[in-house]
Amino acid sequence: MSTVILLTLTGLGLAALYFLVASGLSLVFGLADVLNFAHGLFLGVGAYATWWAAGNLPGAGPEGFGFLVAVAFGVLAGALVAVLVELVLIRPLYSRTIEQVLVTVGLSLAGVALLQATWGADPRTFPRPGWTREVTSVLGANVPNAGLLLIVAAAVVLGALLAFLRFTRYGLIIRAGVENREMVTALGIDVRKAFTLVFALGGAAAALAGALGGVYFGTVSPGQGGSLLIFAFIVVVIGGMGSVVGSAYAAVAVGLLQQFVNYYGTSGLGDICVVGLLAVVLLLRPQGLAGKVAHA
Amino acid sequence: MTEVKSPEVPAPPAAVPDELAPGRARWHGLRPYLPLVALVVAVILPYSTVQLPGVFEGALNSPGNLQLLAICLVFGGLAAGYDLLFGRAGMLSFGHALYFAAGVYGTAILVTKAGLPLWQAGLLTVIGSTILAGLLGAVALRTTGIAFAMVTLAFAQVGAILVARNFGGLTGGEEGLTLDVSGLPSALVGVANTVNLYWLALAYLALVVFVVHRVSMSPTGRVLAGLRDDERRIGVLGLDPYRFKLVAFTLSGGLAAAGGVVYSLLVGASPHITSSELTLSLLVMVVLGGPGTRWGPVLGGILYMYLDHRLTAFGTSDAVNSLPAFLSHPLSQPLFVLGTVFILAVYFFPGGLASLRTRLHPVLTALRRR
Repeated sequence: MSTVILLTLTGLGLAALYFLVASGLSLVFGLADVLNFAHGLFLGVGAYATWWAAGNLPGAGPEGFGFLVAVAFGVLAGALVAVLVELVLIRPLYSRTIEQVLVTVGLSLAGVALLQATWGADPRTFPRPGWTREVTSVLGANVPNAGLLLIVAAAVVLGALLAFLRFTRYGLIIRAGVENREMVTALGIDVRKAFTLVFALGGAAAALAGALGGVYFGTVSPGQGGSLLIFAFIVVVIGGMGSVVGSAYAAVAVGLLQQFVNYYGTSGLGDICVVGLLAVVLLLRPQGLAGKVAHA
Repeated sequence: MTEVKSPEVPAPPAAVPDELAPGRARWHGLRPYLPLVALVVAVILPYSTVQLPGVFEGALNSPGNLQLLAICLVFGGLAAGYDLLFGRAGMLSFGHALYFAAGVYGTAILVTKAGLPLWQAGLLTVIGSTILAGLLGAVALRTTGIAFAMVTLAFAQVGAILVARNFGGLTGGEEGLTLDVSGLPSALVGVANTVNLYWLALAYLALVVFVVHRVSMSPTGRVLAGLRDDERRIGVLGLDPYRFKLVAFTLSGGLAAAGGVVYSLLVGASPHITSSELTLSLLVMVVLGGPGTRWGPVLGGILYMYLDHRLTAFGTSDAVNSLPAFLSHPLSQPLFVLGTVFILAVYFFPGGLASLRTRLHPVLTALRRR
C-alpha cells in the first residue's frame, strides 16, 4: 500500500513538472500557433539563473527566504528571456508557422550550446534547502519533500492561471484569441500584446519548472530542458492544444502512467506506454482531450 | 540605384526562363551535364594528393579526410531524402532520425549478433525499416501539420528509449555497437580501405538524388508539390492526400535507412544518432541548402556536416582562444554557430544556398553592365 502511495505521489511530482512546462507551451500554441522548441531553453535559463543567484546574488542563498529570492530571480530571468524571444524573433514572423518553428529550433540548438559554453556540459550541483532533501511520511510512505514542493507549486500555478484567465480582462482576450484570433483582431483588440503576455507567462512557468526541477533532481545540466520538452509536447497533444485544464489532466495521466509502469514493468517501458497513450488518443480523439478551447 | 530604373532588367529575375536569356545558350546546353561532371570529379577525388591548408588537414586522400568526406556525402543524401518530405511535400516530420537509426542499428545487429553476411543484413534492414516507416506513417498521417510533427517526434523518442535501455542486450545501450568486422567483405574493412567506403557513400548520395529527382518529376511528385501548396485542392481534384503522403513518407524512410546502412559501415552505431537532435539538424541542413530544390539539400547536408566537424577544430584554435572569454566560449560550440547561422538564414535567406544565384543575379547584371 505504501508503495502505491509513494508511486502516486512521485508520479504526481513528475506530472507537476510536466504541467509547468506544458501549460505555457499549450497557451502559446493555442493562441499564437507557435510550436515553441525553445521552451526547453526557458527552463534551462530558469534553472541556471536560480543556481547563479543562490551563489552570487546578494540576499539570495540556498536556504529559507534566500532560496525564495533565488527562485524569484530565476523565474524573472525566464520570463524576460521569453519576452525578448517573442519580441525580437517570433514577432516579425507572425502567421508564418513553419518559419516560426524553424527559428525556435535554431534557438533551442544555439541556446543550449550557449548555456553549455558558459557553464560547461557537466551537471552542476543545485543549491537546495535542507528540508527538501528530507522525506515526509504520508500514510506510511516516505515521500521526498522536493516532490511535494513541485505538486504544491504546480497546483498554485494552475489555480493562478485559471483565475487569471477567468477573472481578468487580459485573460478574457487570451481565451477569446485561442478560440478565434481573427475575430478578436477584427474587434480592434491588439492581440499581439496578448502573445507577448502569454510568452512571458509560459517562460515564467517553464523557469519555475527549471528551478524546482533542479531541486528535485539535485543537479542542473544544459540538456535537461530538451528531454522534458518531448514529454511536455506529448502532454500538450494529449490534453488538447490551448487548454490549460486539459494539460493538467494529461500531465497527471502521463506522470502516473510513466511512474507505475516503470516500477512494475521494465524501466523505460513507462516512457513507451506514454507514447502508446498518445497514439491511442490521436486515433480516437485527434483534437486531444479538451480540444482547442481555452477552458478556464 | 540605377539598375532599378533601367527597363531591360528582368524583374523578377527568376521568372525569365533560361533559354530566353540572350548570350547564355552555350551555358544552357552545358548545364544538364554539370551533375555528371561533379560526379566524375567526386569519383576521382581520392586519387588527388592536393593539400588544402585550412580546409583539410593533410592530403586530400588521407583516410581521415576521406572519412569526413564520406560522412558529409551520407548526410547530403539524408538531407536530400528528408527534403522529399519537407521541401517537396510540405510534411514537417521530426522523427526522421528513427529510420536512419533503424538502418544503422539494424545492420549492426544483424551483422554482429545474427552473423548474417553484409548484403543480406543491409537488404533486410532496408526492407524492414521501409515497412516500419509505412506502418508508423499510416498512424502519424492521421494528423496533419504541427500535430504530425509532434507524433513523429514521439515515435522517434520511443526508438531512442529502446536503444538507450538496451532491451535484450541488442543495442549496447550508451556504449553503442561496433560492427563485427569478421563478417564483412575485406574491401570494406580497415583504414586503408576508407576509399571504398567513400565510393559507397558517393553511390548512396547519387542514388538518393536520382530517386528524389525521378519521383519529383513523376505525376506523383506533382501531386506532392500540390499537397505542399494546397492540400484541400488536391482532395477536391479527387486524389487521396493520405495515400500520396504515405508513399512519400515510406520512400523517404527507406532512403534514410539505406543511408544508415552506409553510416554503420563508416562509423558504427552509437545512441546519439537516435536523438531528436539529428532530425533537427537534418531540418537545418535542408533549410540552409534550400528546401524543394535538387541540389540545395545535398549542399546543405555536406556543408553542415563539414562545418560541424571543422568548427570543433576552429573552436579550439589559437585565433578563437585569444579572443575574450565572452566571445571564445560560444564560438567553441559548433551548435551555437550553426544555430545562429540557421536563424539568420531563416530571416534573410529563406530560399537557402540554392536561391543565392537568383538573389545575386541583379547584382551581377548590374556589375556586368558597368
